[in-house]
Amino acid sequence: MSKVETADHVLPSPQYRQWLRRERRGQLAIRAAQLGLLVAFFVAWEVLPRMQLVNPLFTSYPSTLWPTFVELLKATPQQASILSHTWATVLATVLGFTLAMVLGTAIAAVLWWWHDLYKVLDPYLVVANAMPKTAFVPIFYIWLGATLSIYGMSLAISLFITILMIYAGFQTIDPNKIKLAQTFGASKGQILAKVVLPGSVPTLIAALKVNAGLSLVGVIVGEFQSANLGLGYLILYGSQIFKMNIVMTAITILAIVSSIMYLAISWLETAIMRRR
Amino acid sequence: MYHELRKPGTSGGSAPPKVELREVGLRYFSLDGETEALKGISLSIQPGEFVAIIGQSGCGKSTLLSLISGILKPTEGAVLVDGREVAGPSRKIGYMLQQDYLFEWRTILDNAVLGAEFQGVDMGKARARASALLTKYGLGQFLRHRPRQLSGGMRQRVALARTLCTEPDIVLLDEPFAALDSQTRLALADEVTEILRREGKTAILVTHDIGEAISMAERVIVLSRRPGRVRSDHAIRFASVNGRRPTPLAARNAPEFSAYFNTLWQELEVHVEG
Repeated sequence: MSKVETADHVLPSPQYRQWLRRERRGQLAIRAAQLGLLVAFFVAWEVLPRMQLVNPLFTSYPSTLWPTFVELLKATPQQASILSHTWATVLATVLGFTLAMVLGTAIAAVLWWWHDLYKVLDPYLVVANAMPKTAFVPIFYIWLGATLSIYGMSLAISLFITILMIYAGFQTIDPNKIKLAQTFGASKGQILAKVVLPGSVPTLIAALKVNAGLSLVGVIVGEFQSANLGLGYLILYGSQIFKMNIVMTAITILAIVSSIMYLAISWLETAIMRRR
Repeated sequence: MYHELRKPGTSGGSAPPKVELREVGLRYFSLDGETEALKGISLSIQPGEFVAIIGQSGCGKSTLLSLISGILKPTEGAVLVDGREVAGPSRKIGYMLQQDYLFEWRTILDNAVLGAEFQGVDMGKARARASALLTKYGLGQFLRHRPRQLSGGMRQRVALARTLCTEPDIVLLDEPFAALDSQTRLALADEVTEILRREGKTAILVTHDIGEAISMAERVIVLSRRPGRVRSDHAIRFASVNGRRPTPLAARNAPEFSAYFNTLWQELEVHVEG
């Protein structure tokens, strides 16, 4: 910190330094509380079953997570490595939300272009979005087969909300910006490419945040039905043979995957918004 | 009297007027009914003229500019530019809106070349012209900045550069200073008037600020309440200073100013509704 001397003050003043110290201490306390909650959760999870307050058969123990993980790392003739399971789930999720973003943006653009088409389809889109897509898991399995049905569910669960969010984002572009483009004789295609789409980048990021989480839900539910690979499959398999340690390990990896996805999207958001 | 009443639609020389409106009317349609915004407007504006159009809010002033620019079509009558009927937006016309509407995702320079980009002209030349204009307006060191880093007055200067970058003959100004604080407003009115006069542009300013109209324009047209019609047409003359018309700021202190102001104030029939 640089010291600035003015006529009658030496900056930073002692009061300001005290304020800074208090501010930092406050932030530290919040981080400590967050970490404390996580630790308390794991401690309770370990201790309560050991004290026979809950049935360990139902919960397993956090101390078994790492040994189970190491055990599952090895592929056997009956069972793929846990890394393959994780990869299958991540791949299906990324494919699902990427496709949902691309298709959702394209469909929203078409609806923006032909406003009458939007008016016709509006009630169907709203109903399709409100439908519980997981009801289609068995049908998708019959229609699309084992692997494609998982990708299909991942896409279906995130597509309609993406279309609705991005279309709504297009509608919030200031009409005066479009009027400005028109005064220069801009065509409809130019208005879409140079005004509406770049102006909707914050909406696109918001939509990505929503549908990345939804895609993961779609993949896990899809894997419950049809897969012999993936964390959803592993969870189902573990529960069927009543090995809760396998279920809990798979769920913990899912939590880590979600956190990494969230961090990656936040990082992307910061990178894009800094350029604006 | 300091002003003379002209008959609307009379043209000065033999060349076609720069902008001409013949019995123009415009109605807006909605499910609730139709609204007559403008009725029987006839005007002609000569090349290089600086005309202000004043009227109360909702009298169709802005609609008039949209008609001249070709983004709206009249329901009756015809709009002509250089003697030819307007069919759509034209490169001859530049339009400055009430706010700058700069695109926050573009740099200052990229904002200034927006019009050229839409018109599909040589971008190298457009960039050179835009940098020159921005430098002239004192924004030379901000070319790579983002709009949010600039003050309101600076942003409106970028909007002016964006308008003039496409080299229009006619500049339409729709209350271009309405969103600025009063000091910036006066300073920018001076600058813009000076730039447009020097470059010999035909300018049409829409405003509800009587003082702004008198100080900037050499002709003030008063529109009636809705449906807007031409109520009167005043030539604004000031005793010249050093052989030139006084700047807008100086004009506000000229002896002629208050007489024009009083006349136009009465014409506008301002009533404060409580």
